[in-house]
Amino acid sequence: MSESIRQESPLVERNTRARHQASPANAGITVRPRPFLACINLRGDPSDGAFTDAVRGVTGIDLPTTPNTVADGDQWRALWLCPDEWYLVGAPGAENDAVDTLEQALAGQHFAVNDVTSGMTTLEISGPRTRDVLAKGCTLDLHPRMFGPGQCAQTLISHAGVVIRYVDDQPTLELMVRRSFADYLWVWLEDAALEYGMAATE
Amino acid sequence: MSQPHRLQTGGRIDRDRPLRFTFNGRTLQGYAGDTLASALLANGEHLVGRSFKLHRPRGIMGAGAECPNSIVQVGSGNATLPNLRATQTELYDGMEVRSVNCWPSVKFDLSAVNQLFAPLMPAGFYYKTFMWPKSFWHNIYEPRIRKAAGFGKAPDGPDPDRYDKHNAHCDLLVVGAGPAGLAAALEAGRRGARVILCDEQNELGGSLLASRAFLDGEPAMSWVDRVVGELAAMDEVTLLPRTTAFGHYHHGFVSLLERVTDHLGPTSPDERPRQRQWRVRARQVVLATGAIERPLVFSNNDRPGIMPASAVSTYINRYSVTPGTRAVVFTNNDSAYQTALDLADHGVEVAALIDVRPEIEGVLADRVRKEEIDVLPGMAVVDTTGGQRVSGVRVMRLNTRGDSVYGEGRTIECDLVATSGGWNPVIHLHSHPGGGMCYDHDIASFVPDQPVANTLNAGACSGNFSLDGCITEGFSAGATAAAASGFGSDDIEGEAPATARVREAPMRPLWRVPTRRTVTRSPKQFVDVQNDQTSADIFLAAREGYASIEHIKRYTAMGFGTDQGKLGNINGAGIAAEALGEDIAAIGTTTFRPAYTPVTIGALAGRDFGPERFHAVRKTAMHVWHEQQGALFENVGDWKRPWYYPQAGETMRQSLDREVRATRQSLGVLDASTLGKIDVRGPDAAEFLNRVYTNGWKKLEVGRCRYGIMLGEDGMVMDDGVSARLAEDHYHMTTTTGGAARVLAWLEEWLQTEWPELRVYLTSTTDQWAAISLAGPNSRKVVEQICEGIDFSGEAFPFMTWRAGKAAGIPARVFRISFSGELGFEINVPANYGQHVWDAVWEAGQPYGITPYGTETMHILRAEKGFIIAGQDTDGSVNPMDLGMHGLLSKYKDYLGRRSLSRSDAVREDREQFVGLVTVDDPAEIIPEGAQLTDDPNANQAPKPVPLAGYVTSSYYSATLGHSIALAMVKRGRERMDEIVHAPQADGRVIKCRITSPVFYDPKGERQNV
Repeated sequence: MSESIRQESPLVERNTRARHQASPANAGITVRPRPFLACINLRGDPSDGAFTDAVRGVTGIDLPTTPNTVADGDQWRALWLCPDEWYLVGAPGAENDAVDTLEQALAGQHFAVNDVTSGMTTLEISGPRTRDVLAKGCTLDLHPRMFGPGQCAQTLISHAGVVIRYVDDQPTLELMVRRSFADYLWVWLEDAALEYGMAATE
Repeated sequence: MSQPHRLQTGGRIDRDRPLRFTFNGRTLQGYAGDTLASALLANGEHLVGRSFKLHRPRGIMGAGAECPNSIVQVGSGNATLPNLRATQTELYDGMEVRSVNCWPSVKFDLSAVNQLFAPLMPAGFYYKTFMWPKSFWHNIYEPRIRKAAGFGKAPDGPDPDRYDKHNAHCDLLVVGAGPAGLAAALEAGRRGARVILCDEQNELGGSLLASRAFLDGEPAMSWVDRVVGELAAMDEVTLLPRTTAFGHYHHGFVSLLERVTDHLGPTSPDERPRQRQWRVRARQVVLATGAIERPLVFSNNDRPGIMPASAVSTYINRYSVTPGTRAVVFTNNDSAYQTALDLADHGVEVAALIDVRPEIEGVLADRVRKEEIDVLPGMAVVDTTGGQRVSGVRVMRLNTRGDSVYGEGRTIECDLVATSGGWNPVIHLHSHPGGGMCYDHDIASFVPDQPVANTLNAGACSGNFSLDGCITEGFSAGATAAAASGFGSDDIEGEAPATARVREAPMRPLWRVPTRRTVTRSPKQFVDVQNDQTSADIFLAAREGYASIEHIKRYTAMGFGTDQGKLGNINGAGIAAEALGEDIAAIGTTTFRPAYTPVTIGALAGRDFGPERFHAVRKTAMHVWHEQQGALFENVGDWKRPWYYPQAGETMRQSLDREVRATRQSLGVLDASTLGKIDVRGPDAAEFLNRVYTNGWKKLEVGRCRYGIMLGEDGMVMDDGVSARLAEDHYHMTTTTGGAARVLAWLEEWLQTEWPELRVYLTSTTDQWAAISLAGPNSRKVVEQICEGIDFSGEAFPFMTWRAGKAAGIPARVFRISFSGELGFEINVPANYGQHVWDAVWEAGQPYGITPYGTETMHILRAEKGFIIAGQDTDGSVNPMDLGMHGLLSKYKDYLGRRSLSRSDAVREDREQFVGLVTVDDPAEIIPEGAQLTDDPNANQAPKPVPLAGYVTSSYYSATLGHSIALAMVKRGRERMDEIVHAPQADGRVIKCRITSPVFYDPKGERQNV
């Protein structure tokens, strides 16, 4: 694709340089959008060795079958969504080749591969008040005893459906959200974090 | 500013931090640590308001949540708070306080004449008196009663404050931070359990805040301070003072209200919310909610200066305030003896201690006698004197059965009466999720019969009133709850502090002091002081035939107030038992329901209000562009869709006419990204679509598109859309914007529960694709210019097909479909590139005057063609035959809803049918959408109900046709072409309409097929 081709994050109007500079010191949370991460929605039967073998061949990952868990590979990460559905997340731009090679590797099987790179966007939330802010709109228990390394969960942040993933014990949590809800989620986070302060960063 | 009733030393107030406040315009002073009530009493202000019905003087009565009287209005402007309870309102500097329910002033209240008519206003008075004439209720009776009764005034403008919600999880939620709650939290916290400890007061400690008891040889608060300090240092313990648990639901779900900044001023001083609703999900709940002292009921027991004995002790010990100068203590149990000692020790003369028990022994009695307090056994207060403050009591002898008073009456002057009728465990939260209760004869009150699941009752709320018993029960509950969450065993690990055990003599239950004459002819014995309900009212209710305590409550309004009868309800049950000749154990109590104390609507709403947060707002990839073009937006489902794009100086109609003409004559562009999109894939995908759509899908060739409708099981149209076959086993389905989530859930339900044998995967791709819809005779020129790899000739790319290629360098799916009746192409690209491709379309369209149009023009264009919008022209009661869509109903297969189409109601001939309407008199007049249609031109004058012929579903001005058009459902409409129907309007006009085909424009569909 030529250089004149332009991708646009759904948060293009929100996560601006001016907003970065307006970030308070000692912010309770820091929001770091991760636009354009490759995201593939994969459907198939994990009890079928042909299916899991083919996916491993392309992504290097054994698909997780324990609910709400994540499997990490060198280039791809798989998030369990339901017994026959996963998100495969990779580096920006990796989606096109991956969709093609998955289609080839799975040809003849019953499966579905959909590129949803544009349909989803990701925000990393970190800082001491991360859990306090999310608790205002999320009914799940995000305490480290309950939600730790290797875990993900599908839930609502207020009115927006998200996939939450544990990243590290900063704490850092990652929210994957449908792009059409991203602006709402940003506005909601700004408001929810008002009493603690919210920083935004690249 | 003097505080004449403030003691020089002691208490939990900070004499170095004086606070000024105004009460009914007068400036007074209190101290940090005061409640508004204690500050008022320190200034000698007992009278704070007037009662609900009779406007009798009302004074501060309790010291906490139970106080029925101290209802005040705090603050001014939009931050004003009506009906705050002064006993639970922490004083802040500059607080403005006004009495409620009195005019012109609390001391001279004109409505107090109601008292003169009191004998005419018994329970049920409103129901009986204001029944007739019926028409008077709304306009005369109710507004006047509302004005005369009712408490504070709500502000008119928006609330200036912020409110919030917080979801929390814990192993153990402890409600109440008195001795039992602190012990429970300590026991579980030390084991590493996640503990939340909440208490409605500003400090933790509960009853110990006002106690003179010793623990481990030190004042009890030293133990509290040590425990709170230890808890505060624990990482997994959350301490929430100023936080009321107001609702207890099933499975450990408890709602708390935290008053975050209420103690700091009328509004939050910073970015914190004023109040925060905690929604706690606890594995185990320990209720340590304590007990409330109930007053004794006697004639004229409502005068200011008559208080529960424990409230008197609280004001003395905790707030260093003496609520009177000469007191009478009236009791049926030992606990008020401590109050007599508290009074005597702090220089208040105790004129008499009147005890209904004929013989009094024990340590406390000895100590009282040692203080030379006149103890009168076997006596009762039968009446009081006074006006705006009690001035004396009249005492008589009580017989052994407790049903009459006799002998020489004696009058004792006093300005304070401290009464105790025993203690009621606070079982409200135990009862909320359905916990049962039983009558405990030892305490003459109700206790939990057994704990509800995952809940433990500890301390006074379970009927255990001794300090050492409360602490031990607390430790035990903490251990049990922690063990149930996986932390240690049931054995207590903590050590209870040593406490002196005071042996108490048995109480003598007394629900009301007997009267010399019949209860209805005696001076009023108040049971519910806030609502002016008396023992006579309860007797009346019984006489009228009410036998259930729930009915008696509703007939008398006992317990209806903002205090929910915390002081009066058990006495009321006892009096009802007397009136009905039954045992109180059989009468029981009314049901306790959330909220325990009033909750602001703001805390329930949290931050979910206003245009940005009331609901989700979904935006397309091109949203900012639309904004820059001046689009106005319309809500469609959660989406913001461009409605129309007004240019400078245009009316809405002019904008729409311009957008419609540009599209019909040259080129319009619409953001269609919001349509629902579902990827349907698998070997049985064709069979699946065959079952969910009414028409056939198996023979649709790869590369082609087809319009389909989905029916509910009732045969009514549910949704519609165009779906395309991407491959043999692969379809791209579209739905309406608002129906997308519902349709996907519906399809998944059928796949998962009814047709698990079908091998089909559904994946929502709505957000993945930006959809750019080009319509108009010049649309082909633009797609030809910006796309690669697609032959756009009519032969190679016919109507209702799709092709893959590139648009502006981006892999794209291009669909040749039309919702306008014009030649049209819809370009789908990954949404991250949506704006990029839109810009390319925009540039390529400039030579053709490309015009962006919104949903309103889209509606006009499709209405000119007679295309329905599911949800606008259908409402869940419209089947495909009504719409004239017989051709879409396959005869060769089954599909969802098919069987319902042969129901007698579905095939009756007089159903409403989908037709067009044009106006007859003024061709440009637009019939209001929703207008009803009649055959009678004089429907406005005709007797009601007027038979209806149908109604208008869509209505517009068509610039294309030069006249208005409407779509409507009309009974037998298709048989009635060219007939006249009438649309009577609320303003008296009648719009004359002629029935036409719903297809107004290009009926042969030639324009879209070029």
